[in-house]
Amino acid sequence: MRHVIQSKTVVMPGKDIDTDQIIPARYLTTTTKEGLGDGLFRDLRFNADGSLVSDFPLNQPASDGCEILVAGNNFGCGSSREHAPWALLDYGIRAVISTQIADIFRNNSLKNGLLPIVIDADTHTHLIDNPGITVTIDIEASTLSLPDGRTVSYPIDAFARYCLVEGIDQLGFIQNNLDTITRFEEQRPWTP
Amino acid sequence: MAPRTLFEKVWDDHVVVAETPDTPAVFYIDLHLIHEVTSPQAFSMLRERNLPIRRPDLTLATMDHSTPTTPVRTVGDLDVVGSKAKAQILQMEQNCRDFGLELLGFDSDSRGIVHVIGPELGATQPGKTIVCGDSHTSTHGAFGALAFGIGTTEIGHVLATQCLLQRKPKTLSVYVDGRIGDAVTAKDLILAIIGKIGVNGGTGYVIEYRGPAIEALDMEARMTICNMSIEAGARAGMIAPDDITFDYLRGRSHAPQGDDFERAVERWRTLKSDPGSEYDREITINADELKPMVTFGTNPGMVVGVDEPVPADGDSNFRNALDYMQVEAGKPLTETPVNVVFIGSCTNSRMTDLRLAANVIKGRKVADGVTMLVVPGSQQVKQQAEREGLDRIFAEAGAQWRESGCSMCLGMNGDTVPSGQLAVSTSNRNFEGRQGIGARTVLASPATAAASAISGTVADPRPYLD
Repeated sequence: MRHVIQSKTVVMPGKDIDTDQIIPARYLTTTTKEGLGDGLFRDLRFNADGSLVSDFPLNQPASDGCEILVAGNNFGCGSSREHAPWALLDYGIRAVISTQIADIFRNNSLKNGLLPIVIDADTHTHLIDNPGITVTIDIEASTLSLPDGRTVSYPIDAFARYCLVEGIDQLGFIQNNLDTITRFEEQRPWTP
Repeated sequence: MAPRTLFEKVWDDHVVVAETPDTPAVFYIDLHLIHEVTSPQAFSMLRERNLPIRRPDLTLATMDHSTPTTPVRTVGDLDVVGSKAKAQILQMEQNCRDFGLELLGFDSDSRGIVHVIGPELGATQPGKTIVCGDSHTSTHGAFGALAFGIGTTEIGHVLATQCLLQRKPKTLSVYVDGRIGDAVTAKDLILAIIGKIGVNGGTGYVIEYRGPAIEALDMEARMTICNMSIEAGARAGMIAPDDITFDYLRGRSHAPQGDDFERAVERWRTLKSDPGSEYDREITINADELKPMVTFGTNPGMVVGVDEPVPADGDSNFRNALDYMQVEAGKPLTETPVNVVFIGSCTNSRMTDLRLAANVIKGRKVADGVTMLVVPGSQQVKQQAEREGLDRIFAEAGAQWRESGCSMCLGMNGDTVPSGQLAVSTSNRNFEGRQGIGARTVLASPATAAASAISGTVADPRPYLD
């Protein structure tokens, strides 16, 4: 993964954007991860007749190529479908910024190199009020730099950052402990 | 040892490698439930890396999300019902064959919604860690298990290693005082709790539901409560096991048998929060005054008593939700016309739910213009309901009696609510478009849903219950 993401932002100010909004369940009959960008925000992006919803943020020409999505509080709530980060990544989004991000969506994002960033309310309000500004995310430093000169840091689990920066495979990390897992299974006082 | 909460006891019991500031814990999983929708990409990963499933014996597979609720006994029947998910269902069968997993498929009488069959088989037990690629895995916490939803990458981790990398979550105590009344159900209670703490109030926490109102609930009601923990943002909800739990599990095929069961009960009795144990956050709610609850907006926290006026709020999200729902602030929902009634889902599709709905609807008719679907949670539930004659009560009232599955809760199997129509649903999510493009969802208990089917409008169930 790149260590720096620099991009204009696209802003969806709504709160509680759930994973059914991010990708509706009818796109979940797939058996692969590919091509899910088609389903991204499908029912927000398109009218029933298949035409584009003209005022939807991702349908604005200015959002072309944007890699950073700024969204209202509690982004990614609801279903555990990993198809949500797969769809965002397939569409070209590399980072999501909000004041709160739901637990399972955050976990799923980090497993796929989609950066879930939780920032303070002041910075968030500034980003919501100024769509399209260029933001620089330094993944190694865990900071966000804005055009007005401010740089804010955001919290991220140390291990998750390490895996993102170094490209560490988390399954491999668990597999390194297989002997310990076997011992645990042999020594536990009861067995499932 | 310092006093510990129920959660901490189960957590401590499953740490294989302790967490450090730099690394999460390697955490052991006792039961892995899998289904056809979120697992295919995990099996692909196993194939790419040439890895076997470490513990097929701790893995339970079924098909529920994309399966038709019209009768299907073989995969060939899928063509007959026009299923769009045939490839996915075939892939699930292939994956289970290739990796040596028993699949509770179309030919199994034990097939059903994954969160209904785990408890029904007795595979869900106190003190276990249980995961599934489904956010409503929280359901199993009703037995004092630590159970939570995971994504597909993590499904792969569990298949390959039986472990996950986890940070220890915080604890939230929800103490429910008093006792819920006769016409009020666990669904009404959990909707009220979500209304109180909000759809993000539980984010980062494991909830423990405690207090006299919780202790008085039967297992199916406790499952309804824990099921919707995720709708408050909490990955898991737990209830300490007691004699009600043990009586439920005794004799079930996947539970310990004979002396082993009694020994297990001895251990399970220790699974409760010690006096003086501390939670990161605590809230209290009183159940005595609780009413039947309905949602009026587009998330499960937007909830009100069925006879109470919809609140007003200047917030733009709130106004958008009311616009989408075509609901007016200041008026109760009770005269809102209903098009569809859905009784089903991992929240409310068990015997007590179906009996309650049947009790309301018996001898009455579904109102003209209302489509009512009753989808039992499992084939076992279906068969038991048929033995009790519930299918005939629903059919005589004009409702459709279906095969088990997730069905209209998420509408990915073709059971959907048409655009613009209003559904009173016993499921768990009223998100925009969840039950179909443009569908409007009111979440409610089985009693309220059945009363609404008869009345043709959102209805207070209390006059229908004797």
